[in-house]
Amino acid sequence: MLNPISVAFIKAKQENRPALLTYTVAGDSSKKQSLNILKSISKNADILEVGVPHNTPVADGSQIQTSAYRAIKNGIKVNDIFKIVKDFKKFHKNKPIILMGYYNMIFQYGENKFLNKCNLSGVNGLIVVDLPWPENKNFAKKCKKKSIYFIQLLSPTTTTKRLKKIIKDSHPMSYFISMLSTTGGKLKVSPKEIIKNYNKIKKINPKKKVVIGFGITEKTIGKLKSADGLVVGSAICKEISRSLKHRQNPVTNVSKLVKKLKSKIL
Amino acid sequence: MKLKKGIPVIDQGNKLGFWGGKFGGNFVPETLKKPIEDLEVLFNKLKKDKKFIQERDRYFKNWIGVPTRFIKLENLTRHVGGAQIWSKVVSDANGGAHKVYNATVHCLLAKRSGKKVIIGDTGAGYAGKMLSMAAKKFGLKCKIFMGAKDIARQQPNVKAMKKNGAEVVPVYSGSQTLVDAVSECMRFWVANCDTTAMCIGSTVGPAVFVRICGWSTSQISRELKVQLIDEFGSIPKKLKLYNCVGGGSSSFGFWNEFMDYDKRQCEFIGVEAGGPAKSKKHAAPLTYGSKIGILHGAAQYVNQNSDGQIEETESISAGLDYPGISPLHCFLKDTKRARYTAASDEQALNAYKLVTKFEKLRPSLEPSHAFAVAIAESKKLSKDTIVIVNSCGDAYKDRGILEKRLGKKYVKSN
Repeated sequence: MLNPISVAFIKAKQENRPALLTYTVAGDSSKKQSLNILKSISKNADILEVGVPHNTPVADGSQIQTSAYRAIKNGIKVNDIFKIVKDFKKFHKNKPIILMGYYNMIFQYGENKFLNKCNLSGVNGLIVVDLPWPENKNFAKKCKKKSIYFIQLLSPTTTTKRLKKIIKDSHPMSYFISMLSTTGGKLKVSPKEIIKNYNKIKKINPKKKVVIGFGITEKTIGKLKSADGLVVGSAICKEISRSLKHRQNPVTNVSKLVKKLKSKIL
Repeated sequence: MKLKKGIPVIDQGNKLGFWGGKFGGNFVPETLKKPIEDLEVLFNKLKKDKKFIQERDRYFKNWIGVPTRFIKLENLTRHVGGAQIWSKVVSDANGGAHKVYNATVHCLLAKRSGKKVIIGDTGAGYAGKMLSMAAKKFGLKCKIFMGAKDIARQQPNVKAMKKNGAEVVPVYSGSQTLVDAVSECMRFWVANCDTTAMCIGSTVGPAVFVRICGWSTSQISRELKVQLIDEFGSIPKKLKLYNCVGGGSSSFGFWNEFMDYDKRQCEFIGVEAGGPAKSKKHAAPLTYGSKIGILHGAAQYVNQNSDGQIEETESISAGLDYPGISPLHCFLKDTKRARYTAASDEQALNAYKLVTKFEKLRPSLEPSHAFAVAIAESKKLSKDTIVIVNSCGDAYKDRGILEKRLGKKYVKSN
C-alpha cells in the first residue's frame, strides 16, 4: 500500500496545486482541543504535521515555542500524542500524519518502541529537527522498515555535494527550509529566490517530493505555488495564541485560517 | 570505554564527534551543519598552525596575563590539619575568571573566518563578560544571551558587558537561566550563521565547541604543570585536583595536562552543584545518576523527566546552574578517570566563609563548591598530599547573594 503521504501529493498534483501541510503542536492548548483542531483543519489540509513539544527547542521561533510550552504546561506526554493521532485516525483514516520533534523525545522513548507506537497509532512520517544526515542514517532505515517516511531537512546552507548525498538516501518526501531562520521568522528572502533554491534540489531527483517551510504565511503562500507542498506552522500557532488571548474558539479560527491558506494556492 | 594515552582528550572523539562512542556528537538542525563543518575545518587547521599558536600565546600572555598564581593556603591548611591545601588562582586572569581563554580563542577564530559579529551565552555572566571584553579587543560586534533570572542575580557582570559595548539579550523562556540562554543563542545562530560567529561559553554544545573550549582552557593545566615542577621539583606523588563542574570548562582545562598520569598519583575530583540542601532540584547530573539525553546538540548525562523534557535545575551559583554536563566529563566519568560529587548551596557558602576567613582569596560561589569538598576531604588526608583547588572565579559578581545570605560582613571584609 502506498504511504498516504505520497497519495496526498498525487491528489494535489491532479488538482494542479501544491499540497498544503499544516503544523500544530500536540496538546496545544489541551489534548482535546488539539485533536479538534486536527479534525477541523483536515478538510483543507492535505498533510498534518503534529509537533511533539520539547522544552529546549533549538530551531523554533517564539510562536511555536509558546505553543509547545503551553502544551507541556498542560501536561502533554508522548503517549498522549500517540493517543491523539490514533483518535484522529479513527475519524479520518487516510489523512497522512507526520510527527515533528526533537530527537531526545524519541531517544528516551526508545527508537524501536517509538516506531512501533507510530505504526499502531497511524503515524505516516517523521521529521526530527536535530537528527541531521548522516547521523540519521540508521534511524531512517528503521523507519523505512516500518513503512514510515523519514523526512530529511534541507537548508540554504546545505552544499550541493551534500544535497546530492542526502537526496540519494532520502525517502519520497523531503523538507526544504526556505531561509536561514528559526520557524516563523519573517521571510527575509524573496519567494523567487526560494523557488530558485527549491528547483536546484528538485533537479537532483525530480521524482522525489520536496515541500517548503519556515516563514510561510497567508501573504506569501501564493507566491510559492510551484512547489510540491507548502508548510504553514507558526502562523497557525500564532492564531491559536491570539484566539486564546481574546477568549475566542481556536478551533473555528484556525479552521478559517487554513481554509484561507488553501484558497491562495488553488 | 577507554581513555587513550598520548592523544589529547578533545581529539579522542570518533568521526561523528562522539567520545566513547556515545557522548557528544552533533545533534543540530540542518542549517547549522555547514557553519559547524566550516568551524571544524578552520579549528583543525589552526590548532596545528605554529603562527596561530604564537598569536594565541601572545594574547594570553600580554592581555589575559599568564601565568595565574599558584599559591599555598597556609592558614587554611593549618586550620584543617590534613593535606596541604593549595590554590590555582585562575581568577587572576583578565576579567576575573577562566572564561577569558575560550572567549579569546573564539574571537581569534571569528577574525580568521571574516565574521563581524560574535554571539554568546552566559549564566554567571563571566562567559558573557569575557566575550564582550574580547570582542571589544578584536573589534567585533557582540551580543550576549542571558536568562532573565541570571540578569537579576549577577548584575555586576551585566554592567560590565554593557560597558564593553555588548548588547545583553534577556531570555524569558523556560527557567530563565543558562539552559535557556544557550538555546536562544543557538536559535539566533540558526537564523544568522552566515554573518555571525557563535561562542558557546563552556565545554558543551556540538562537538567542535566542546573541543575549542577544552583546548582553550587547557592553558590552566599547562601553567600548573610548570608551577608544580618549579615548586616541588617534580609532579607530586599524591596530587588531588578539585574543581567545580557546571558545563565543565574550567575543570577540564585544570586537568587536561595531567590526563595521562595514573589516577592514584593524580586524582581529579569534580564538584557539581547540589542545590539547596532542602530541595530535590540540583544541577548535578553526574553525581545523582541522570540518564543520557540530548541537550544543545550533544549526548550527555542530563537532568530530564521520563519523557525527555529537560528538567529545571536549582543552585545558588548561576555558573553551575545547568542541567547537562560536558560530554568530556561524561567520558571521564565512565572511564573512571575522574570522580564526581556534589556540594550543596549551604556547603558552598560555608566554604566561602572559611576560605575568606583564613586567606586573602575570595572564590566566587562556583569554586566555593570545590573548596567545600576539598576542605572536607583534606582533613582525612596525609600531610604529604597536595590538594589543589582551582579558584576559577572571583566573588565580586556574587556580592548581592553573599550579602543576603551571609550578611554585610562577608562582603566588606574582602
